[in-house]
Amino acid sequence: MMKLKNVFASRWGIIAVGALIGVLATLLQKFGNPPNMGICVACFERDIAGALGLHRAEVVQYLRPEIIGFVLGSFLSALLFREFRPRAGSAPIARFVLGVFAMIGALVFLGCPWRAVLRLAGGDWNAILGLAGLAAGIWIGTLFLKGGYNLGRSQSTYPSVGLMMPIIMLGFLAFIFLNPHIPGEPKSGILFYSLKGPGSMSAPLWISLAAGLVIGILAQQSRFCTMGAIRDLILFRQTHLFGGFAALLVFAFLSNFFLGQFHPGFQNQPIAHNLHVWNFAGMTLAGLAFALAGGCPGRQLFLSGEGDGDAAVFVVGMIVGAAISHNFGLASSPAGIGPHGAAAVIVGLIVCLFIGFTMRHKSA
Amino acid sequence: MSAVVDARGLSCPQPVMMTLNRIEALGKGVIEVLVDTDTSMENVARLAKNKGWSVKEIQDEGTGYKLVLEK
Repeated sequence: MMKLKNVFASRWGIIAVGALIGVLATLLQKFGNPPNMGICVACFERDIAGALGLHRAEVVQYLRPEIIGFVLGSFLSALLFREFRPRAGSAPIARFVLGVFAMIGALVFLGCPWRAVLRLAGGDWNAILGLAGLAAGIWIGTLFLKGGYNLGRSQSTYPSVGLMMPIIMLGFLAFIFLNPHIPGEPKSGILFYSLKGPGSMSAPLWISLAAGLVIGILAQQSRFCTMGAIRDLILFRQTHLFGGFAALLVFAFLSNFFLGQFHPGFQNQPIAHNLHVWNFAGMTLAGLAFALAGGCPGRQLFLSGEGDGDAAVFVVGMIVGAAISHNFGLASSPAGIGPHGAAAVIVGLIVCLFIGFTMRHKSA
Repeated sequence: MSAVVDARGLSCPQPVMMTLNRIEALGKGVIEVLVDTDTSMENVARLAKNKGWSVKEIQDEGTGYKLVLEK
């Protein structure tokens, strides 16, 4: 039996979803999320790592409801459209390592691909270096793909495996309700809360959660992926996913412009530094890791919601990567890169190249 | 002559790359592509149309889809 045609996976469908994400992200900033960070999958997973005490960087600790919404929205959408397919077993430890280094690279730049676009849409020209680095990393990834690189097949598995990430996110949601933020207090029960810095800036819980759920549902159906947008353009000259990526930029810019959130320049941009080489190199590492793992951080969350246990492992890798970044001085801050950030990028690139060169299967 | 591309269990962009390789190798004919996710099914169908192949049939096999492409 043929399924009903999926309108969100059409050209205009994905453009509409990209546009909506752009507008919602800028509105989340208006409602209190950090500047040029209405949504940042890497930053928000980093904040979650902080809220759980996996790192103790006091300025980035908040259990971001948007991430919970992304996974649960995708899960609901997958159930509704009968697309929930529990699967796992495609090189999980390699995906974990890729997730760790994707996060390390993203935190050297200070943002995932979504935030790179949102930074550009807010006038932060440093994002141009980040996006160029992202494209460079993905381009290297396409060379591996052309050479036969792949992570191997996943297997269909127990429904409970596919349910793990949605259940973890329900647990996180329970944590928020059981340990709500007490104004002026850095800790509530088991959760850490930032009192200053980006971790202290947030839209109201229900707005963040609702926005996350809506984006999760639509992104699952549209297959929105920022890495895939650039990869498909390079690999197949295909512009389908790029339509969503471009719409995100255009509509976030328009929305920022009308909300008074557009401040062009290289200097004094919020939660950003202007070390061009490291903005580029950090995102080269992240882009390569995303390309080798088959999806941007947002897409990995949506996949984990529809039952992909391997994407879930990548997500866990990113959260652990955030803890490593902040515990070992790898993450950047507006003051510049961390004391070991440069070394971590180089090590990360070597590890990604090792994975790329050694995991190939020519018969594909 | 019919060719089979078994892309079950493989994630983006493998199913599309494997189908593209077969399309370029054959030039014309019939290709059966097996995939296990809706995303892969949509991506392979989109590729086929872009390359001037028609999607004759998409069978829901419960654990995945079989696409029949023809040119």
